[in-house]
Amino acid sequence: MSIEPKIEVEGVSVFFPLYHGSSRSLKKTVAMAATGRLGQDKQHRTVVRALNNVGFTLRSGDRLGLVGSNGAGKTTLLRTLAGIYEPVMGRVSVHGSLNALLDTSLGMNIDMNGRENIMLRGLFNGLPKAVLPRLEKEVAEFAELGDFLDLPVRTYSAGMVVRLGFALATAIRPQILLMDEWFLAGDANFMEKARHRLEELVRGADILVLSTHSLEIVRTWCTRVIWLEQGIVRADGPADEVLALYLADAGGTTIGNPVLEP
Amino acid sequence: MNQAVTPVARNAVLEFQAGQSFAVRNRHAIDDLRDGASLWRLAFTLAWLDIRLRYRGSMLGPLWLTISTGVMVGMLGFLYSKLFKMDLQEYLPFLALSQVLWAFMATVVAEACATFTDMVGLIRSVRMPMFVFAMRAVVRNLLVLAHNVIVIVVVFAIFRIWPGWHGLLVVPGMALWICDGLALTLLLGGLCARFRDITPIVNSLMQIAFFVTPVIWKPEQLGAYQKYLPLNPLYDMIEVVRGPMLADPVSWRAWAGATLFSALICAVSWTFFVKARGRVAFWV
Repeated sequence: MSIEPKIEVEGVSVFFPLYHGSSRSLKKTVAMAATGRLGQDKQHRTVVRALNNVGFTLRSGDRLGLVGSNGAGKTTLLRTLAGIYEPVMGRVSVHGSLNALLDTSLGMNIDMNGRENIMLRGLFNGLPKAVLPRLEKEVAEFAELGDFLDLPVRTYSAGMVVRLGFALATAIRPQILLMDEWFLAGDANFMEKARHRLEELVRGADILVLSTHSLEIVRTWCTRVIWLEQGIVRADGPADEVLALYLADAGGTTIGNPVLEP
Repeated sequence: MNQAVTPVARNAVLEFQAGQSFAVRNRHAIDDLRDGASLWRLAFTLAWLDIRLRYRGSMLGPLWLTISTGVMVGMLGFLYSKLFKMDLQEYLPFLALSQVLWAFMATVVAEACATFTDMVGLIRSVRMPMFVFAMRAVVRNLLVLAHNVIVIVVVFAIFRIWPGWHGLLVVPGMALWICDGLALTLLLGGLCARFRDITPIVNSLMQIAFFVTPVIWKPEQLGAYQKYLPLNPLYDMIEVVRGPMLADPVSWRAWAGATLFSALICAVSWTFFVKARGRVAFWV
């Protein structure tokens, strides 16, 4: 049932159009279309280049770490690989079952209770109805929510939300694992458990793409590192080499505030 | 973590090439519909949870919908039958049916505008077929409609109205409604995410439409002008469902109007959806 997992990215650029203020309004667009200025506006539209001509290929067994300062495009790249943002230029090809651990809430509905959120995640992943109770049990046990499982997520503490999000995200075993650094949050007690479970998930995955500020984690888990800066690949290669370059540069001011081992 | 229990994420192939032709975009849009349809259980659950959430903690739950509709129809029925000097026996069943159907139509349109903008969190965290959101919105309103149908049943029972076999003609009418509802949700959901001022425009248009469409007044009251009514697409739409239920013959003009209007909506919506599908994540 499984396909040979691979990720191919060629010359990918993602621009964020800025529809701020009046440029977003219908009135202005109609006015510009009427005066024949729509085409011109398209070229002069304010856009943020989140990714610029990024390219790489990953095969089974690859463990890629993304490093770079805040706003370098790491999360955008992960979202592009997850198929959430479709690039304006280039080609993205992702084969294999995929799980993206992008943010804590991960599309949780804070008005629904824990149980309902677990069920929805299962349904989203196309799990048969018979598996749902087991998923619920497993997630609930891991997240240690106890009676809170029947209360709306809105009432949870920040730590509980992280635990539930983490348990949910890691309950589904993918071939390709995309991971943002949020999983580093959480209390120390939970971190130990989380790390254990993540390591298991990472070992089980064929391809890992990880975005983090923690160089320690990159060193432990990644074989290859891409250093992004302002949406451009600054360096790409074996983890040690790129990290050395990155650290040398960090002597300057490019890195805002690197988060080290929690 | 028990290996045997751990569910495996579903297989997926994502191929994306920027700057595609219409044919490629069209294929992506068809894939979206197909993948979305295969997640129907998710859409139905989301819709049901939406209703449950609205009435969480209330004793009667969604039955409040039924009660409020019932009270409104009852009050308006007495009032307008006096104002229009009409027989209650004749007017109240008409009003109950019209009001419930119009409420469905108006809510589908109004909620269509917020379909994508309300789902920012979900759209930005997982790749989800847009069609799932459209199904969720339409199913949610069908569930509300199902609660309100109780009012119609009660009124019809009181006045001993039975549409008979003729009533089966609501099926094609309802099918048109569901198609249009899905198409409108995709269209308005995308448009309103891109242009934020479309929502108030749509809302005020629907308000005007409520008065120019025979919902609380009967088509016959227009007299000689009645023959122009099929030019109002909303009249056609409401007539193809209301007519069969009241055992009124539906004119071929209403059917033609409703079919044409639906085809138009679906065509416009599809053209827009093919173009906009990949951009929604940037718009919301």
